[in-house]
Amino acid sequence: MQRLIDRMKELLADGTVQRVLGWKQGDLGYNPEPHYFNSAEELDEFIYDGFCGANLSKYMIKGSELEGKTLVLLKPCDTYSFNQLIKEHRVDREKAYIIGVGCKGKLDIEKIKAQGIKGITAVKGAEISGDCDELTVETVYGEKKVAYKDAMLERCHVCKGKEHKIYDELLLDSVDTCDGDRFECVDELDSLTPEEKFNFFRKELSKCIRCNACRNVCPACSCRKCVFDSNKFDSAQKANVDPFEESMFHIIRAFHVAGRCTDCGECSRVCPQGIPLHLFNRKFIKDINEFYGEFIAGEDAETKGPLTDFTLDDIEPGERR
Amino acid sequence: MSINQEFKPKIVAFCCNWCSYAGADLAGGSRLSYPADVKIIRVPCSCRVNPMFILRAFERGADGVIICGCHPGDCHYSTGNYYARRRMTLLFSMLDYLGIEKERTRVEWVSAAEGVKFSTTMNEFVSAVRELGPNRRLGDLRCKD
Ligand code: SF4
Ligand code: SF4
Repeated sequence: MQRLIDRMKELLADGTVQRVLGWKQGDLGYNPEPHYFNSAEELDEFIYDGFCGANLSKYMIKGSELEGKTLVLLKPCDTYSFNQLIKEHRVDREKAYIIGVGCKGKLDIEKIKAQGIKGITAVKGAEISGDCDELTVETVYGEKKVAYKDAMLERCHVCKGKEHKIYDELLLDSVDTCDGDRFECVDELDSLTPEEKFNFFRKELSKCIRCNACRNVCPACSCRKCVFDSNKFDSAQKANVDPFEESMFHIIRAFHVAGRCTDCGECSRVCPQGIPLHLFNRKFIKDINEFYGEFIAGEDAETKGPLTDFTLDDIEPGERR
Repeated sequence: MSINQEFKPKIVAFCCNWCSYAGADLAGGSRLSYPADVKIIRVPCSCRVNPMFILRAFERGADGVIICGCHPGDCHYSTGNYYARRRMTLLFSMLDYLGIEKERTRVEWVSAAEGVKFSTTMNEFVSAVRELGPNRRLGDLRCKD
């Protein structure tokens, strides 16, 4: 990580970039947060470890409006989102200096807690420079060992690959973490009866507290005006426009990002209620692949999205191929 | 008498102005019958049907929703129905995934000359939905039992 910090300071010093968009150590040791660093001194608080799951590409929407270039750190999966944002004219490629950082899988503190570990004070072994085999979790009750894999975010088990799709330079190593099939969960649900499906989704969605975290974090949800924001009030606020938008929130949101969602997994990561939101997005992705041919949103910044395109012999609604 | 015979499904039909609405007119003019519970909403083009319209119809208690438009290639605006076709394919598949059976949703291409097709399509669709019985209120998706 020292190599990364040195390089960032170098680029700040020679004026290539005006600021760094990276992660700052949070107050708990396992909750780093996105941050703009405006000087080399500020970088003392910089961190890049296994808990830096946050996708920084969306922050470049603001970064694109600032003076000069912003150095932004993107993990392999984040680069898909960045490409998609370029395609949608929401970020300015010229305003970004992208360092593609390696990734050895990102961690989910909830996965550690779910193993019955309480009173966590620190987690050791999450450093990106390490082997990423085992974590040592320090708790008020003593030390516990957890396999790195067992603490990884769901999305890292079905990683799209460790290749950066857009960057100016690359730093730090990656490790392949994919050991699952991201559509398995969709197939499983698809095989249930309508009754069972309905009950499953109702059970999951009834947990929603409509905090809007999933929307706010989503790089695809970056419209200047969002249907979920009420325009009846002056302040930007989250009151629903009407009960319809409220009750259909998840379906509407999933449809709005269909064909544009890169399956970056941020929505599921930030949901405080642990709702598996990727189940919606992956259904659309799987259908798009099956019906219209393999399409990976954000693989490049040019290809037309599947919902803004058609062919004369597309399949008919309700048909299966 | 079984319950299903008594059950009269509420159907919302979105019909495009140029083909299907005229097709419905022709069906009426030709004295062909279709169930009175089919409520037709005229839209300029099948592409005008925002997926939210369909969700809204289900939320308000529709038991089935059907969209009728010009045959592919015949769209008054050239390509509207091609986009509609993709959208509806994905939306219907998603609804099925959420537990709203795919028999409750349909897209049918009906031209202005196809009064007979309009009437048979509606009759067929209504009986398919009748078989399924009343829809679960989609608006309840977030509520606990
Ligand atoms: S983040 Fe979770 S709880 Fe918050 S609005 Fe989204 S689904 Fe609901
Ligand atoms: S919907 Fe979720 S997975 Fe898809 S781009 Fe948005 S945050 Fe990422």
